[in-house]
Order: sequence, then structure tokens, then C-alpha cells
Amino acid sequence: MSFWLLQTLNGLAFGGLLFLLSAGFSLIFGLMRIPNLAHGALFMLGAYVGAAALQVGAGFWGGALAAGLAAALVGGVMERYLLRRLGANENAQVLATIGVSFIVADAMVAIWGGDPRTIPAPDYLRATVELAGVSFPLYRLAVVAIACLVAALLWLAIDRTRIGAVLRAGVDDPQMVRGVGIPILRLFTLVFSFGAALAGVGGLLAGPILSAYPGLDIDMLPLALIVVIFGGIGSILGAVVASFFIGIVYTFTRVLVPDLSYVLLFVPMVIVLVVRPRGLFGRVAV
Amino acid sequence: MNRWLILIPSALALLAIAHLGDFYINFASRILIAAIFALSLNLLVGYAGLMSLGHSAFFGVAGYCMAWLIVTRGWSPVAAIPAALLLTGIAAGLFGLLALRAKGIGFLMITLALGQMAWGLAMRWVSVTGGDNGIRGIARPTPFGVDLTTATAFYALVATVFSLVCLVLYWFTRSPFGASLRGTRDQPRRMSALGFDVTLIRWSAFVAAGCMAGLAGVLDVYFNRFIDPSVLSLQSSAEGLLMVIVGGVDVLLGPVVGAAAVLIFAQVASDYTEHWTAALGILFLVIVVLMPDGLVPGVRRLWTKLCTLQTAPGTLANQLLKRGKAR
Amino acid sequence: MFFSFVKRAAVNTAIVAFAAGSVSAGAQTDPIRIGLLTIKTGPFAGPGQQMENGLRHLLKERNYTLAGRKVELFVADTAGQPAMARTKTQDLVERDKVQVLVGPLTSTEALAIDDYVRDVKVPLISSSNLAEDMTQRHPNPWMVRATGSTGQVVHPLGMYAATTLHYKRIATVASDFAFGQEAVAGFQRVFEDNGGQVVQKLWVPTAAADFSAYIAQIRKDVDAVFISFSGASSVAFVRQYNEYGLKGKVPLLAMHSVVDEGLLGGIGDDGIGIISGGIYSAAIDTPTNKNYVASYRKEFGVDPGFYATGGYVAGLFLEGALKSTNASVDDKEAFLKALRSTKLADSPRGPLTLDAYGNPVCNGYVRKTERKDGHMQNTVVKVFPDESQFWTYGPKQFLANPVYSRDFPPSRYLEN
Repeated sequence: MSFWLLQTLNGLAFGGLLFLLSAGFSLIFGLMRIPNLAHGALFMLGAYVGAAALQVGAGFWGGALAAGLAAALVGGVMERYLLRRLGANENAQVLATIGVSFIVADAMVAIWGGDPRTIPAPDYLRATVELAGVSFPLYRLAVVAIACLVAALLWLAIDRTRIGAVLRAGVDDPQMVRGVGIPILRLFTLVFSFGAALAGVGGLLAGPILSAYPGLDIDMLPLALIVVIFGGIGSILGAVVASFFIGIVYTFTRVLVPDLSYVLLFVPMVIVLVVRPRGLFGRVAV
Repeated sequence: MNRWLILIPSALALLAIAHLGDFYINFASRILIAAIFALSLNLLVGYAGLMSLGHSAFFGVAGYCMAWLIVTRGWSPVAAIPAALLLTGIAAGLFGLLALRAKGIGFLMITLALGQMAWGLAMRWVSVTGGDNGIRGIARPTPFGVDLTTATAFYALVATVFSLVCLVLYWFTRSPFGASLRGTRDQPRRMSALGFDVTLIRWSAFVAAGCMAGLAGVLDVYFNRFIDPSVLSLQSSAEGLLMVIVGGVDVLLGPVVGAAAVLIFAQVASDYTEHWTAALGILFLVIVVLMPDGLVPGVRRLWTKLCTLQTAPGTLANQLLKRGKAR
Repeated sequence: MFFSFVKRAAVNTAIVAFAAGSVSAGAQTDPIRIGLLTIKTGPFAGPGQQMENGLRHLLKERNYTLAGRKVELFVADTAGQPAMARTKTQDLVERDKVQVLVGPLTSTEALAIDDYVRDVKVPLISSSNLAEDMTQRHPNPWMVRATGSTGQVVHPLGMYAATTLHYKRIATVASDFAFGQEAVAGFQRVFEDNGGQVVQKLWVPTAAADFSAYIAQIRKDVDAVFISFSGASSVAFVRQYNEYGLKGKVPLLAMHSVVDEGLLGGIGDDGIGIISGGIYSAAIDTPTNKNYVASYRKEFGVDPGFYATGGYVAGLFLEGALKSTNASVDDKEAFLKALRSTKLADSPRGPLTLDAYGNPVCNGYVRKTERKDGHMQNTVVKVFPDESQFWTYGPKQFLANPVYSRDFPPSRYLEN
């Protein structure tokens, strides 16, 4: 019994991480139809910058802010000066995001060296709780809570605000949005920066669990893709459901069929792409 | 006459640099192997209009099949080749069936996913693939008693295969099938209305491209005498894509130029800085912004611009240029 | 990092201004060319840099002059990829014409270049990797080790766990590749031969960063857990182990790579109390070591660990061999012979000689991680002098068995 509870909690915690990683990716992909292959690198950037901020005494939430701002800056510049120039050329955009990911990932090692950087959780979250007979790190529960909170805020923003309405319109019908006179290019930059910021903050929040290390970007990117495709592009609800689902599936398969777990992870993604390109809750097909 | 055929004697002529030392010959072999891989990917990206991020899977399937058959089952290095290519063809067929259900970005995502699944299998199916350790000790073949352990001899093999691949592609692009493939890229609906089975055409191209990539994988496994999961990685597929895009899609010469450009650039950059991966990233951004169609079309355009500055209209040169532009 | 073709397409970083394309380096006055295979990018960049630092530290101490002759160092980045390691080795030998190789970092890389080194007959001083068979069933006549075999690191720990700590039931959690597999095997062998039982074995994919799924599976009824990880994984695992409430409840026994000096800063207090096996510790209490640690700390700001010392001792071996041949490397066979018969009466690790297979006979250490004067260190709790790679079994008996792997020794006591 306690084994199942423990692994379920593990799965949920991992799912929370995945959500923080993928929410931004989903928004960018949904609105701009760009698979931002630099997303893993932005996540990594957030982790490293956040770690550095922590070291100079910024406090955990200060670090998260720094992480988000740094990633937003890089993302915004990337969108405005690179991706926008490449407009309709999909090939070139993919290439550009890959190029940026090379540069960002290498810069992290250049600045902070090859050793892994630990990111300590805030003191008040660093306890171990006893829940129905299992010991579980408090911080991971906090991650789940934060993910849900962020999800709720995002959903509210997208569903209830004007900018959210514009975003939803942009996802559904970009031509029409332009036609109506909304400066969609500015929206792109805004959303891209915001998506990047989410990734950056996610990187810092995941830090106490994963650390910041060279190769973090490569480890995380495929996971973001799985979640977003499975959940549906441009849908926050999809990202939430998919994140937790994938988190739990991955955790259990790692325990029960360890040799196949990584392979099995992609099955939902492939099934979706073949059978139901909208994913679970997507508004548009891939 | 086709500019293509310059490639073949050039490749062979490089044998003349034998006296420069094994290092350069081996480097040339690596470029040609990468070029074959890039050419196969371009069949999809340039000719079929399908961008794939999982192409290394075929490279790896062939390589691992070879490695397993030769090292674990004791097959001869030559006998293993048809088996490996057959397996790769089957894999490509299956991948194609799934991937071609989607278009555009969806296709990209499925190929990425399938590629990652292949990588995951290579990593964790330890009893067959050796997992993270890979498989080593693969012998090179001795066709007709020829010893291929020296750099020059092996280069001769690679150059020969490369030349054959070029000939096949040259024939292909001039063939009706090549034309119909380009048709499915440019005007799929019209092709369909005309009675062509667009999906079948694409699928055939997918399988052919997969087998060609497998061929590159076979050569690679002979070259290194070793294989590990990194050949199937997302990084590897991305590199292939980068080579194609840097060289120029939809241009026969493009992938070869791209492969050489990327490998040489990386070599030179690393001599000057530890951060050559960042330099590589910058290179790609530069190409993407300044020459988004790739090096070959970009250079050709520059060349044409330079020529038109010097030629008066109505001259023979101008006629030739016009014909060249309408390629 | 995105590359595999690109990596394998020969990337070389010549840090020292290269001798202007000179091809022959036979003359006595030409500098000796040393090729170092290390890792500068990717997950092992940290240890790779340390290994380079260690070698450079020695060379600097000697003013880049060994046995009266200048040396030139060429450094290549393998990025930890075996195929890349092959490529770089070829570069160093074919293009830079190095006369001796040092490195590589990981066992998988060493295995990948093994046959090439034999083909080209360039002496290789392994400054890190511990792959067993390279000095056992398939000894490479051109390779000597400046470190040891995986078994040498872990046998003393197995002994200590059984006979001093009196543990009976142990679970193992290790990275699932050659290094981790050999570590578990070696530990299990000596531990079970002295009355213990390994009742659970968990294998973690090398790419894992989140160990929650594995930690949750560790049996509650074991006396201790033996772990083998490297780099970032070590830090993450130890921290997560504590987060799940296991610290203090179930003691940790570790491979040296878990608590390497380069990682202790990151691990911090979570690591206190870990008992580990190793062939070195910065806390070894000899004057030679104290001087070494002090000067290393002065240059690099951190304590030297296994990787740095591997590089340093490789340099010492090279120096010893060159002294015997009067700094000549022209006669490859003679130089190799000198290398294989080098004895180091003193080194930061203690005295070192090489056995017939090119592997050191040296001190094995069991250490305990603790904080002393505000400084994390691996205090030595027991020394096993004159330890060979065959432990107490002797070469014949040891080599009659298959090499350490996931399947050998067979797990007879696993419980489910």
C-alpha cells in the first residue's frame, strides 16, 4: 500500500515539474506554430541563473524571479530578432531554435563550469513529511501545489482577460486576428517571452529536485514535447492533465518495466499524432 | 551535363591527398559518410517536403544490426549488410506508415518521437545492444581479399559507395518517380486529383531514404568499429537536418556541401575555442538569417548577381544565366 | 549538447601553441608530445576538467620539463562519447603525432579506443577509468594505469562492511553502465565472501536525474545501501535519499565517485556519515599529500579528488619512465618497458608499483565523509596496504572467473 502511495506521489511531483516545463511550450506552439526546440535550454538557463541568484543571497523567490526574467529576455530577443525575420520559413525557424539552444547550453557551461550546481530548497520547505506511513519530501508536495496554482492562474488569465481572449483568437485563427487590426506580431513576442519565462521559472523550481547540470536541456526537451502533443497544443487544461498523467505513467513504468519505460513514454504521443492530432484537449491540430 | 557528376571524380581525386596523412583521409571518409546520410535526409526534406527529426533511427538500426550480427552471432561482415538493410527497410516502412498520417509539424513530431523510441530501445535493451556501453570489436570486411584496415583503402570503399549513391540520386531526380515526388511536395491536391497515390509515393520515398541512411550507418559502423546509442540520438538527427539546411534543400549538391561545411567548421572552430558548440550555433543562426535557403542556392544567387553586373543583356552569357535561373 | 556526427568529425582543442606543423619529433631536443583525452563538454565536464588540472599541476610544478626534456601537451575533448573518444585519439596520434596518451575519463571510452591503441602502438597512461578487463583478461600491452581497477576501489569497502561494520543484508543502487556494474559486482564478491548478502539490486539509467522511483523501492529491512554514481547524479541521489527520510535510518556505503572532493561542496551536510571506498583521499595524512593538496588548493581553489590525482599521478609515472630512458621516446618498446616497470616510492596516494598487467599495487582506503573545521573531507578510517587488483584471490583464481558485470558474480540472495 505504502509503495503505491509513494510512487503515486512521486509521479504527481514529476508531473508538476513537467507542467512547469511544458506550459510555456504549449502556449508558444499553439499561438505561433513554432516548436521551440530551445525550450529545454531556456529551462536550463532558468536553473543556472536562479542558482547564481541564490548564491548572491537573493532568496528562493528572488531566484525564481531572476530565472524568469533572464529566460524572458533571451526568449524575447530570440523571437523579435530571429524568428520574426524568418516568418514563413518553418525549416529556418526550427534551425534557429536549435542554434539558440546550442548557444545557451554552451554559455551555461562557459559561465558556471561543468560541475552540477545544487539548488537548495527554501528552508521552510526542506522538511520530510509523514503521510499515511510514507516519508515524502515536503518540497515535492510544494511543487505539485505550485504547478496547480500556476495552472489555475494561467487558465484564469487566458479565459478571463482580454489579452487571453486575443491569445485564444490567435490560436484559433491568426489571419482573422490580423484582419481585425490586432498587432499580432507584438502578441507573438509577448507570448514567446512569457512562455520562456515560465520555462525559466520552472527550471529554478525544479532545481532542488534535478539540480542544474550540463545536459539538462537535452533531458527535458523530449518530455515537453510529449506532454504538449498528448495534452493538446495551446491548451492549459491539456498541459495539466497530460503532465500529471505522463508523470505517473513514467514513474510506474520505471519501477515495473524499467527497460521499456523510456520507449513507452512516447507511445501516447505517437498515438495522438496518428489518431487524434488535437491531443486530449487541443483547440487546433498539430 | 550535370554539376552532379563533378562530385564523383572529386571524391576519387581526394585519394590523391593520401600523402597528407591518415588524419585527413579519415576526415574525408567521415565527411562522405555524413554526406550520404545528409543526401538521404534531403530526399525527404528537399524532394518530398517532409522534415524529419528521427532520421538517425535508420542509421542506428542498420548499425546495430550489423554490430549484433557480426559480434554476437559471428556473421561475416559482408553477409550482414543485406540483413541490416532489410531490417532498416522494414523499420522505415513501419515508421513511414505511422508518420505519414500527419503533415508538416505533426510529421516532424512523430519522427522525433519514433527516433527517441529507437534511442530508448538502444539504451535499455542491454542484452542485444549492450546498452550504454555499446558494441565494440566490429571487424571490417575483406571484400575479394582486399584489406580495409588502412585509412586509404577504407576511403576508397566509402568514395565508391558515395559515387554510386550520387549516380542513383542523379538518375532518380531525372526519373518520373522523382518528378512525381516533387509534385507531391508542391501540389499534393492536384497530384491526387490527377490520380497519383500521394501517400504511396511519399511512403516509397521514406523507405528509400531510410535504406540510404542505413547504408551510411553500415559504413559508419565499419569505420569506427564500434557503435553506441549516441548514433540514434536526437542530437544526431538534428545534426543531419542542420547539414541539409546549411547546404540547401532541394538541391542535389546541398547536403554534400552542408556535411562538409558543418564538419570542417566544427574542426576549425574547436582549434580556436573550447566553446565551439556555441560557435556552431552562431554559424547556424548566420546561415539561417543571411542564407535561409542554404549555402548552395545562396552562393549561386550571389554568383548570379555578380555575373549580371558584368554582362550586357542579350549576350550569350545572359542567355545561359537565364537558363540557369529557371533550373 | 547537440552533436554526434559533429563530435565524431574530429574536434580538437590544442591549448598549447602548436609546434608549427612539425611532423617528426624524433630528435632529443624536440619536446615530447603528450596527448590528453579528457571531457570538457557535457555531463562529465567537471571531472574532465579536474583530470586536466591535475596533470597540468604536475607539469607546472616541473616547469613543463620532465627528465630534462620539454613536454608539450595536446588536450582533446571527447565529450564523454566513446565514438568521439576514438575520433579524438586518432586525431592526437595521426595529426598531432603524440608519443604518449593520457586518459580517457570513462571506462566506456577506454574500451572504445582499446583496439586502436594496440594497432598504433602508442603508450597510454590511463589517468581515470577503472575498467577491469583492460588490465585483466584482455590486457592491453600498451596501457598502464595510474589509478587502479574498479575492484581495487570497492573490495576494501566490501571487506570493511562485512567484518568491521558487521552488516549482513545490503541493497545496491547503481548507474547502469560498465562502471556501476563493476562496482556492484566487486563489492558483492568480497562482501558475500565474508558472510554478507546482497538482497536487492536496483539499476538506474545513466540519464536519470530524479531518483524518487528508485529510492522508493529500496527495501526497508536492509542494514545499508551501497551506491555507485558519478557527477551530478551523485549529488542529486544523496540529497534525495535524505529527503525521503532515509538518512540516519539506513546508512550509505558508496563508491568513491559519489563523494569525490569535487562534489563534496555540492553535497554538503547531506553527505556526512557516508562510508566510501577509494584509492585516494585529500585527507590522507602524509607530508607528500599535504603539500600536494595545499599547492593544488592554492592554484584551483578546491581540494584535489580522484580525477585530479589521476592526472597528477599519470604525470608522475610519465616522469618516472622518462627518467629511466633518459627522456628518450624514440624506441617505443623500450619506453613502454620503462613505463611498466616504474615504481613510485612516494606519491600523494602513497607508494605505487605496477603489476604484470600494468595495474598499480597500492594502498586501498576506506573513508568516512565528515565536516572538519568547517571543511568537508573524506577522513581515512582504514588503510589496506599493497592492495592488488586481484584482492586476496591471486591472479590465477581471479582471472578464471568472468569479468565483473551485471551477471557476475551471480546474485544468489536477491529477495523479492
